[in-house]
Amino acid sequence: MIHVENLSKHFGEVNAIQEIDFTVNDGEILGFLGPNGAGKTTTLRIITTFLTPSGGRVTVDDLDVAEHSAEIRKRIGYLPELNPLYDEMLVYEQLRFVAESRNIVGRWFTEALHRVIDVCGIKEVIHRPVGELSKGYRQRVGLAMAIIHDPDILILDEPSAGLDPNQIVEIRELIKQLGREKTVIMSSHILQEVQEVADRMVILNNGQVVADGTTAELMAGFEGKASLNLDVKSASEASVTGLTRKFTDIKVRENSLHDGHGHLLLEYSTGHDLREQIFHYAVESGWIILEMSRTQAKLEDLFRKLTIENGGPHA
Amino acid sequence: MPDSLQLQWRHVGLIFRKELAAYFNSTVAYITLVVFLAITGWFFSSSFFIINESDLRILFGVAPIIFLFFIPAITMGLVAREKSGGTMELLVTLPLADWEIVVGKFLAAVTLIAVALGFTLFHFLTLLGVATNIDIGAIIAGYLGLLLVGGVYAAAGVFCSSLSSNQITAFILSFLIVFVFFMLDKMLMFMPGFMTAFIQYISIEYHLGNISRGVIDSRNLVYFGSMIGLFLLLAIRVLEMRKWR
Ligand SMILES: Nc1ncnc2c1ncn2[C@@H]1O[C@H](COP(=O)(O)OP(=O)(O)O)[C@@H](O)[C@H]1O
Ligand SMILES: [Mg+2]
Repeated sequence: MIHVENLSKHFGEVNAIQEIDFTVNDGEILGFLGPNGAGKTTTLRIITTFLTPSGGRVTVDDLDVAEHSAEIRKRIGYLPELNPLYDEMLVYEQLRFVAESRNIVGRWFTEALHRVIDVCGIKEVIHRPVGELSKGYRQRVGLAMAIIHDPDILILDEPSAGLDPNQIVEIRELIKQLGREKTVIMSSHILQEVQEVADRMVILNNGQVVADGTTAELMAGFEGKASLNLDVKSASEASVTGLTRKFTDIKVRENSLHDGHGHLLLEYSTGHDLREQIFHYAVESGWIILEMSRTQAKLEDLFRKLTIENGGPHA
Repeated sequence: MPDSLQLQWRHVGLIFRKELAAYFNSTVAYITLVVFLAITGWFFSSSFFIINESDLRILFGVAPIIFLFFIPAITMGLVAREKSGGTMELLVTLPLADWEIVVGKFLAAVTLIAVALGFTLFHFLTLLGVATNIDIGAIIAGYLGLLLVGGVYAAAGVFCSSLSSNQITAFILSFLIVFVFFMLDKMLMFMPGFMTAFIQYISIEYHLGNISRGVIDSRNLVYFGSMIGLFLLLAIRVLEMRKWR
């Protein structure tokens, strides 16, 4: 069980994270989602003892990370965002180095080595120099290092970043497999990935937790927007403006009318269904409706809303 | 009291072996060794044939000067490369103590220095073939002195390497530090009187001079030991500081 309580970290003037709280339950895969610069790496670095918090605390199995740094490091397997490999070593040497630092030697090392070779699928490259490996294999070796001591807790910082689509699928499968018996925190800036791999997600934006829950929970609480696509003929610009004046809740997101003919994208909150009223208004205004279709709010919209529209880095 | 990692010499050995392998897996070690041997050889042979001195005094005089470049060159990457390559994040999140990392790296550098000094035994062998009445004791003392000076420079080099993720910056910094230590003795005459005793005490040349003369006084050994300890402690402090930035 990992508890993050009121955690803050600032670098000089920069507040990387501000008073964040979340919990990771035993045996769960937590997706730690947020755009670049949200503070994911900073948070994970505090949990793994690489950084000390400016405020708040993290406990792992009731041990305060700042006070029990050595014990925490023994329990956790960590794959940093920048995969820390020694290019001049052979894959085998790289794994032996990490194992020895954890006092896994001799017969124990042989056993551990065979286990991670199997799990991570690195048999073919075990005698190759790390510097010659493809990005996909490098990431597998990074994972193998992180699990060489068979830790209960695995922390992976953007493990699929920079991989090609096939490699991404493979690494996700691997993480799902590891997650069956371990507690995993996996950070990512890709919603779809977190949705696919994680049991639960914590969404971070600008150093703050903006959402925390399963996909279903997040959607239930999401007062999103419904969108209505309309293909119309003989709709005057004046009547389109009239629509938004009559129903102040409606916003026109797209308007490609030429001589009253074209496409309209309307948006309104899902709270109440306005399709009927819109239909009546269209008839009254003499529009000919060629097509009318509604798109439901999706989790993507929620993610965008939480991270970009609310003052995210690209706002 | 926060828990800490117990002193584990096998972890020091782990880092030591990794660094030594890295030295000899790259061409850098060979190039620096060859250059070191060539320069000392040149000084040695020119003095040998011209002055016909039958000891290694020239070698012992010139090696500390070559060390000024040689040692910053072999230490500059020790920590800086781990920082720029991201492997520092691995090292310090493994159950390794900061001091195990620093001492392991330091010992690897000292070993490379010892290997370089070992190569100069060629000069010594040449001498054996030609000269008579060689003072073996003075030669052993001379080598010991060089190794101790090398140790201080290497500790300073590890410290400077921990200050930066840029190897060139680390090289320049450690060159400046060891250069100042080297020059202290020579600047003595420009110093106000009350400072001379102090300056003399922290001057490397002064202590090296004593040892090379065969006077191995415990005060000289304490001096070298504490200089090495000081720089290594500073390096450990710098590593710890990353957490608080
Ligand atoms: N060592 C550091 N020094 C200064 N600022 C930093 C440092 N590390 C991270 N930051 C800043 O903190 C913020 C969060 O960064 P980070 O945790 O890396 O986010 P993420 O991993 O979500 O992309 C960013 O604005 C980043 O520039
Ligand atoms: Mg990051």
